[in-house]
Amino acid sequence: MAKTETEKETPKMKPRPIVRLGIFLISHSFLVSVVCCTAGVLALLLLPVLAKNTYISENALMPGSASSLLSNHDIAEANRLVNELSSLNLERKDAGIESQKILARYMSDLGAEVSYHKFHPPQNHFHPLHFFSSPHSGIIGENFSCSSYGVNTVGIIRSPRGDGKEAIVLVTPYNFGRSDSSETLSLSIAYSVFSLLSRVTWLAKDIIWLIADSQYGEHESVAAWLRDYHTPSFTGLVSLNADACVEGNNLYISKDNSVVQGKISDGFGRAGTMAAALVLKVTDRNGLWDDTLSIYAEASNGQMPNLDLINIVNYLAVHRQGLHVQIQKFWSDLDLKWLEFLGKTFELLGKVARSLNPNWKFGIPASDYIEGTTTLASSLYYQALGIPTGPHGAFRDFQVDAITLEISPRVSSNNKARRNEFLLRGGRLIEGVIRSVNNLLEKFHQSFFLYLLTSPSKFVSVGVYMIAFALLVAPLPLVAASLYADANELDFGMKNDKYTPMDTASNEINITFRSWKWLSAAKEVFVVHIWGVIVLLLPYFICQMRDWSPTTSFVSWVFLAMLSLLILYLILGSPFSHGYSLEKGEWAMLKSVTISAIFIGLLLMSVVNFATAEIGALLMVPMSLMAQPLKPDIRAASLRSFFRVICNLVLGFVAFPPVTFFMLKGIFEGPDCINLGDFWNWLESLWAWNSATYIYIGMVHLPCWVLCIHILLHSC
Amino acid sequence: MSIRPIDVMAIPLKSTHFFIFLLLLSNIFTPIISFGLTIEQEREEFYEELLLRPLPDRKVLAHFHFQSTAPSSNSNGRHHHLFPKAISQLVQKFQIKEMELSFTQGRWNYELWGGFDPISSSNAKPPGVELWAVFDVPQDQVDASWKNLTHTLSGLFCASINFLESSTMYSAPQWSFRPATGNIRYGMLPREAVCTENLTPWLKLLPCRDKDGLSALMDRPSIYKSFYHSQRLHLTSNKSGPEGMNPGIILEQTLTVVLQPNSQRTSMTYSGEKNVQPSWSLSSIFGRKVSGRCVLAKSSNVYLQLERGLVAELKKNKNNGVGNIASEGFWSGTGFELSVRPDKVFEEENSSHRRGSSVLFEFSVDKYSDSQPFDLGLKWKFPVTWSSEPAPLHASRFLMGSGNERGAIAILLKSADLNDASLGTCSSSNGYKFRVDVFQVVPWYVKVYYHTLQLFVNGQPKAVGDVIEKIHVSPSKDKISPGVMEMVLQFPCDVKSAALTLEFDKGFLHIDEYPPDANQGFDIPSAAISFPNFYTSLLFPGNCSVDKSPMLSKFQEKNPVLSYTEVLLVPLTTPDFSMPYNVITITCTVFALYFGSLLNVLRRRVDEEERLLKSKAGKTAPLSGLLSKLSAKLRGRPQETPQSPSNSSSLISSKLLLKVFLVAVLAVAWQYYFG
Repeated sequence: MAKTETEKETPKMKPRPIVRLGIFLISHSFLVSVVCCTAGVLALLLLPVLAKNTYISENALMPGSASSLLSNHDIAEANRLVNELSSLNLERKDAGIESQKILARYMSDLGAEVSYHKFHPPQNHFHPLHFFSSPHSGIIGENFSCSSYGVNTVGIIRSPRGDGKEAIVLVTPYNFGRSDSSETLSLSIAYSVFSLLSRVTWLAKDIIWLIADSQYGEHESVAAWLRDYHTPSFTGLVSLNADACVEGNNLYISKDNSVVQGKISDGFGRAGTMAAALVLKVTDRNGLWDDTLSIYAEASNGQMPNLDLINIVNYLAVHRQGLHVQIQKFWSDLDLKWLEFLGKTFELLGKVARSLNPNWKFGIPASDYIEGTTTLASSLYYQALGIPTGPHGAFRDFQVDAITLEISPRVSSNNKARRNEFLLRGGRLIEGVIRSVNNLLEKFHQSFFLYLLTSPSKFVSVGVYMIAFALLVAPLPLVAASLYADANELDFGMKNDKYTPMDTASNEINITFRSWKWLSAAKEVFVVHIWGVIVLLLPYFICQMRDWSPTTSFVSWVFLAMLSLLILYLILGSPFSHGYSLEKGEWAMLKSVTISAIFIGLLLMSVVNFATAEIGALLMVPMSLMAQPLKPDIRAASLRSFFRVICNLVLGFVAFPPVTFFMLKGIFEGPDCINLGDFWNWLESLWAWNSATYIYIGMVHLPCWVLCIHILLHSC
Repeated sequence: MSIRPIDVMAIPLKSTHFFIFLLLLSNIFTPIISFGLTIEQEREEFYEELLLRPLPDRKVLAHFHFQSTAPSSNSNGRHHHLFPKAISQLVQKFQIKEMELSFTQGRWNYELWGGFDPISSSNAKPPGVELWAVFDVPQDQVDASWKNLTHTLSGLFCASINFLESSTMYSAPQWSFRPATGNIRYGMLPREAVCTENLTPWLKLLPCRDKDGLSALMDRPSIYKSFYHSQRLHLTSNKSGPEGMNPGIILEQTLTVVLQPNSQRTSMTYSGEKNVQPSWSLSSIFGRKVSGRCVLAKSSNVYLQLERGLVAELKKNKNNGVGNIASEGFWSGTGFELSVRPDKVFEEENSSHRRGSSVLFEFSVDKYSDSQPFDLGLKWKFPVTWSSEPAPLHASRFLMGSGNERGAIAILLKSADLNDASLGTCSSSNGYKFRVDVFQVVPWYVKVYYHTLQLFVNGQPKAVGDVIEKIHVSPSKDKISPGVMEMVLQFPCDVKSAALTLEFDKGFLHIDEYPPDANQGFDIPSAAISFPNFYTSLLFPGNCSVDKSPMLSKFQEKNPVLSYTEVLLVPLTTPDFSMPYNVITITCTVFALYFGSLLNVLRRRVDEEERLLKSKAGKTAPLSGLLSKLSAKLRGRPQETPQSPSNSSSLISSKLLLKVFLVAVLAVAWQYYFG
């Protein structure tokens, strides 16, 4: 810092312009922070307006350039399979194994290689050290009971003239125990496509059809299969274990009644490197006016598949099959007045801009804006959660682009013609996507990986949505610096007259002492962060208690957290009992260090999971910037200070993670369904899925909230 | 007088008759004379043969075999009658002892199409191009010869074989690939696309090209519609021929195609008669017929082979108990019907295979012509299912791990239903072990750590020393040579499955080393797995006609069973290829900032500046005064200099604001009217 003493005789050395700019910004940090935060929120709200139309970036994909080959013949075959399956479901008790056999027989009749994959569902354990670790480090326990294992059925079509280096995966989750008609529909769509693909000559990549046994969860079965695909164990212990279990009901069809065409092997069916994966589901959630296709893309920690994959699905569904495409969104039934007002404002602005210059394409209709905002919000939320929204998430862990397609028919009637038409549409969509991916020579790399969707055909790329976040966090270092300067009575030579300058008689020793004052504040921040880590690890002990209800666990967790905070304070010394805590600059120094910690935490998080950082910044930045001790404001009893107190209290209340959670839940689901245990369940799902958001909450959000509250309650 | 002219006329007439007679005589005798010559000195010969074999999965294997031989003593100077001159020049120029070049598209299905017969182990090749050559030159010239050879072949076959020139692309196997031949070089291009542009030059080497004879069957659309096709060129040259081998050059050209007979497959599949094999004929699978032999060919035969499994199955079906399969009645009586009566029937004499012995029908094309083309057809009468004889162990290879950092290669060997004689050789003599040779080349950017070799036999981890008898590893050198691993594994006889894994790190390439379509990933060429204890040989009873056929004599050779594994695709980290631009921009910015500030520091003299400021303090030049006012305004502090009237500062600010406003208005106007 260019620290120039004010000496009247010698004219001042002019500091460098960049330094002067920095000092200028720091000295006006209040104004800058207000402007930046407002602009950040505004930029976030502007994102739906700034969203661009998607386009297919990779030319090789050529979606929809070939006419579909899927015919009614394939549909009839699929119906035959479904009839056989459904007739089984009614009669038998061991229908699961029987239906697997039927599926295997049908697949091998098509000339596919069929194999079974047995897996044990993983137990729900809290592994504190498994965050960010590679997915294959999942521990396979030794003592499995024979009753609990799932069997995936895998069929592989080898491309007739391909070299078998790459494969496309088609996944249909199917609950062999209790399957409903919609799941069977997804099977029949997949089978019709599979039977077509076994005949076509244009295949360049192998096709793997995985019928995932979803009785232990859709994600688990797919993840187990992928794990064994990528990191098989050669010791054969697991398979032996499973084989011992199956003894009674052997799956393998004996040679004599099998057809030579395909081969039902007892090994693990493999094809090459996976190029892309499609998860196909059919739900009975009746679409409003047409067959509806929902696209789920979010994988763990907010990773998204390449945008091109979504683009081709969207393009084929809309322009070829006439499906109504949607991606999940919030508030579809909520009407938000302010949002509507905002949308209308933007629409008006756009009109004005267009009247000035017709080339300015700015502004979208208000209804589109509301749609876009709700979709964007859900897109942000699901990315921020860091939990995959479907079985496709397992693929992303192995760098395979995957999405889940959930098709729901308009009416779940048993009208046969209607059903066949639905099958034909779904099958042609899948066929088109597979054909498109099959065209691809390289793996997906052309289009975006970092984006937010505002509608199935509109996206906001990283370059645009970073602006909102950057504007939000930009004031943090400035405010921290200005607080530090104030607390140290540093004079940059151009101080606001708001603060009275200190005595110039302060000697050098005092200055050096004061300049190290931040260390005590840093220690305090560090201690609170350590407490955050402890809170983070507490669930490991709590979840050892198997029979505790979520509410009990949550309450005990809160209790333990507070206890640990107390113990830490006792051991490491409470900041309340500091000798110079009455000093005026002390809280300012603490705030400065806290803000720096928030800044670093948010920046780090924005690299890991942008959406979490964005939502965290929305909550944390205003609170941390506003935080000031309440006492002097209460004492002052002016309107301004009263307003500040209210703001502080509200922000501090809202930013407390459980409160945020319950508030959001109350808004979206109604106030009557709030249960204390829900938060525990929510957090449990976070750590069970190895979401980085959990670490963020424990190591950044919660400690910083505690520090801010500490500043609010500071006794000065 | 009147007679004389007649006489005169008669003499010339007679003489012409005589001449014609003489000519005729000479024409008749010339072949005899020349035949007499061939006994002393071998002539160039050409054979063409075609083998057809129904496959268990309703497909048909067609294997064309052309062989040209040239004697070593070139009696015709540098010219040849039948033998392609390009090849003989190649042999002479590069001193090639043996060479094999194959172009392959598709994968040979070792499980369904067999892995134990001569065709699968010598004609099932890895996808792309495979080239190996043994040179008869001193050690230090081998690499140079290889490089020249790749370029020559590249020009000859319209393929990018010249990429094998780079030392990172070829290797020198010591003993595992071909037994003990020192000057061998081996290279593979897995990504080479094979098409008709490679077939045409290959056909040009044949004396009849594809105009006549068996090669006329090669209808391009039907060949390239096939599930597997591999064209291969094998060259052997024996300059001296001391071991009684026929001296000279032997050029063996084979084309192996697996075709789907053009039957109504869908209706077959769904009509319930799933097991009925499709009936086919030459015209239905190739779309053409054979209209006679290539006149230059010494022999021109078509063979139909029934596999051991199929023969055994047919025997089982035929309950009338006629023992002699090869009898005349067999082919019309059981299971299938041939449209053409075979000239000869051979039965394999090897009785060690319990599954039965393979049967071969020979059809000679000599007697067919344009008017009566040869069109062999096979019609199945009732459903029959069988399976081909698999290799002793089915080898597959795959990648393990994920991410861009590291991974592992795993080779999995699995015994296929070994209840027949193939393992009999192993178990009969006690203590005898099951030997497997592995030869694997890995490009340098896949950095294999050979010490991480792990072995699992029957699901149990084994110490490396227990299983490996001999190993030779030459680790890769970055950008110089690929990593080569050769090893001999000895398994116990009861081996059910064996796996070996090798871990690797993925390397980084320089940006200009990336091939086009770098995001596809990088190929690891196939590994060759051979089983030296098992030989592929179809022994037919000593018959002169069998000996005459080069293809059948090739089948009778004792070659170890060889199979190739899959090509692997390793995704490496690829840079964003627009990155150089970004990097240039960023570095330029950084450099500009750095040098700017450096120059500023170097140029500035602090003392002098201070003195200058001091001296200026009194004067207060108008410009500096303005600047200080401006800065003071910006800092939001009252100006310290004494001569600061407050109105002037406000005046300046209002002027400044006016200017800014003016510029803004101008900009808006510009945008509005011209934008």
